[in-house]
Amino acid sequence: MAKVKIPPVLRQHTGNESEVELEGDTVGAVLEALVSQHPDTRPQLFGEDDELNRFVNVYLNDEDVRVLEGLGTTVSADDTVMILPAMAGG
Amino acid sequence: MEPKSAETGTVLEEIPVERARDEIEAGGIVLLDTREPHEHSAAHIDGCILIPPAMVADNVEQQIPDRSARVIVYCAAGTRSEAAARQMIEMGYEDVANMVGGIAEWQQQGLPVVSEASLTPEQRNRYSRHLLLPEVGADGQVRMLESKVLLLGAGGLGAPTALYLAAAGIGTIGIVDDDVVDASNLQRQVIHDTTRIGEPKTASARQAIEALNPDVEVVEYGTRLEAENVLEIIGAYDVIVDGADNFPTRYLLNDASVRLGKPVVSASILGFDGQISTFVPGEGPCYRCLYPTPPPPELAPSCSANGVLGVMAGVMGLLQANEVIKLVLGIGEPLIGRLLLYEALTTRFTELRVRQDPDCPVCGPEAPEIEDLGKFPDYEAFCGGHTGS
Repeated sequence: MAKVKIPPVLRQHTGNESEVELEGDTVGAVLEALVSQHPDTRPQLFGEDDELNRFVNVYLNDEDVRVLEGLGTTVSADDTVMILPAMAGG
Repeated sequence: MEPKSAETGTVLEEIPVERARDEIEAGGIVLLDTREPHEHSAAHIDGCILIPPAMVADNVEQQIPDRSARVIVYCAAGTRSEAAARQMIEMGYEDVANMVGGIAEWQQQGLPVVSEASLTPEQRNRYSRHLLLPEVGADGQVRMLESKVLLLGAGGLGAPTALYLAAAGIGTIGIVDDDVVDASNLQRQVIHDTTRIGEPKTASARQAIEALNPDVEVVEYGTRLEAENVLEIIGAYDVIVDGADNFPTRYLLNDASVRLGKPVVSASILGFDGQISTFVPGEGPCYRCLYPTPPPPELAPSCSANGVLGVMAGVMGLLQANEVIKLVLGIGEPLIGRLLLYEALTTRFTELRVRQDPDCPVCGPEAPEIEDLGKFPDYEAFCGGHTGS
């Protein structure tokens, strides 16, 4: 089970959970597990083409999955997947 | 006979001050002052380290651990430094040069020195805790007093950043903000106060800064940062602090600062969460490498819509001030290529890596040649639905 960290703006769609444990061998599979458990997160994470939205940053541990293998990046049980939105508050 | 290290065969090199100056300007060398502390305080060459003659044998390995480093040694007239250089060569240092004629010759040639005399007695007292720090010292304090820092926003982030930068003695602080002080700001914007509700934020910030530290010159920009004024405004500053409350301004600032090669310390806050990174053009990624496109408005609520813990602004604002001071002094490890997240509810810091995006339209290798300085895209449209307020 990988740990997925949910940003505050998405917590309204995860029953206020800030962290969920999910099955999946890849980043894509883990995020699919998230959206099947919490369907309202789908439009925030994925576009109509099922690609990750450009405005959503996803990290595997401390590395952006864009510089790894994107949604195909392998996830191990003790990994943390972090969803990180840009914030503009000042 | 020339001194020679038994092991490395290194020979002491004697160089004139002009050559030393060229090497110092080019960087990548260690400049070592081998005089007594009172001589060093009176006047020294910027950026040197001090090891008095009697301490060289004991301290040099600790202060200059890399024996292959290029070291230029100087003293008052070149005698003590020659002895120290010979001593270092015997210890195995491989690339040591003695500056002939010492600082006397350096000053004779009209080259600049730093001295505590550059600080007034009042300043020596005011900044005494900085002067005690080897990483700051008189050189660093003078550098801070000569530096110019621009704050984008005198709001949640800008308020604590401005106060601490002013206290630290940053000589010029520019503030861009077109808002007025509202009572609802005071839960976090500690540079303003109840008596100044209704006043422009820039004027209110100026009052607080001038009361705190008369060394600081405040420059007010009671305007929004726009494509038409961004280059002129940021062009006059050494470091920009981004505490803007909207995406169009953040992207505009990024694109302009990359064009002008200005470092930006960028933080944002919402609720109990904060993010901060430092973007230095040419040395690391830019804001667009991190966030290629802004999120839709529903995923990026503002503090006024979503709320923010006042303390968050203070924590993140002071992390910004810390980054600024490191950049100004050239010390430590700024958050270049690193994004630091702070979660106040769990008191947890997390660090993520930020890579330079090879496809970045602004700082990437394929980024179009910048010919029309001042021409920027329509940021409000780019940030679809986000307004700049």
